[in-house]
Amino acid sequence: MNTKKALFEYCIRIGDNSMILGHRLSELCSRGPILEEDIAITNISLDLFGQCRNILTYAGEVEGKGRNEDDLAYHRPEHEFRSVLLTEQPNGHFGTTMARQMLFSVFHYYFYKELSKSNDVHLAAFAAKSLKETMYHMRHSSEWIIRLGDGTEESHEKMQEGLNKMWSYRHELFEKDAVDEHLIELGIAVDTAKFKDAYEKQLEEIISRATLEIPEEGWRATGGRIGHHSEYMGHILAVFQSLARAYPDAKW
Amino acid sequence: MNSKMQQVWDTLNTIPDPEIPVITVVELGVVRAVDFVEDFLQITITPTYSGCPAMKQFEDDIVSELNKVGFSDVRIKTNFDPAWTTDWMSDEAREKLRVYGIAPPERGSEDKGVLFLSGPKKVACPQCRSEDTKLISQFGSTACKALYSCNACKETFDYFKCI
Repeated sequence: MNTKKALFEYCIRIGDNSMILGHRLSELCSRGPILEEDIAITNISLDLFGQCRNILTYAGEVEGKGRNEDDLAYHRPEHEFRSVLLTEQPNGHFGTTMARQMLFSVFHYYFYKELSKSNDVHLAAFAAKSLKETMYHMRHSSEWIIRLGDGTEESHEKMQEGLNKMWSYRHELFEKDAVDEHLIELGIAVDTAKFKDAYEKQLEEIISRATLEIPEEGWRATGGRIGHHSEYMGHILAVFQSLARAYPDAKW
Repeated sequence: MNSKMQQVWDTLNTIPDPEIPVITVVELGVVRAVDFVEDFLQITITPTYSGCPAMKQFEDDIVSELNKVGFSDVRIKTNFDPAWTTDWMSDEAREKLRVYGIAPPERGSEDKGVLFLSGPKKVACPQCRSEDTKLISQFGSTACKALYSCNACKETFDYFKCI
């Protein structure tokens, strides 16, 4: 396998996850349940977009075809996006948003922690920086899950419902293919299997502190990483890319 | 340090943080290095947060202030390693923050507890200095701040988060 191509693909996967989840969170700007949460959610969105810009810029350099962060964000069609299906799921009610965020942020935490030891110096620095931000994201969503799960009857019920809805999407975060294998061998990529147990244990701890039930295992979401997205993705990109596509040379 | 180098640092030392104008870009720890490279001046900066919207403003301000004192070709280099930390903030800068009404970051206390804030962290109110305060939200008016309120004087205030 061509290492340069693999690394480009690897960076795109990391960046797309942050971009699409960041976009979902940005949809709540001015629509948060309370002012403090409106600010918190948009701040998390901002962190994710910052991370996305950093890694997509690097992806463009690795690729060497002169594409910058904007080209990659705004001028790729849906099937070239590599984000996992979890990130494109709609916000639903606040319990669903927080369940999605927790499943992702806990993963992100372990992922960045490992990536900060990468042989690729850029990836390592990027991960060390992003890790600091992710700790706050993880705490934020975990604490909400505990608060709502261990709250009133209604908040408990809604939190459980949100968790059940998002639960089957987490497996995709741990999928591996030839790109991963090749880069793991070179000490560049993270072997996510190494922390799958720690991840699951961390989720169990949060869920039990929240007095919620661990949802039943059922189907497993898959496809995002090879560009097979759900119907939601087209709608997201229609909004996200509309300005850049209508005015291709627009500068802001 | 030669006089040209001194002039660059002196100029940088007058550029305020666009969001928190009482401290400068140098005091904040965003400026990491100054180098004369061939025929241009290179300023190396590091972002506080990946998505900090003030970064572009930092860059523009640095370039335009240095242009004004005669450095015509100033280029900004962004470096991520080592990652910015609040530990780089001087005691003087911390005191300026407090006087301005922002509780300064605790020194060297990057939260190791990771998942849950273990017990109430003591953040003193910048107004009345009471340590009887509570966290309202981990995200405040900017990415780098959390929102607290003081149980003693009842004021809400920003806390500059440790990272």
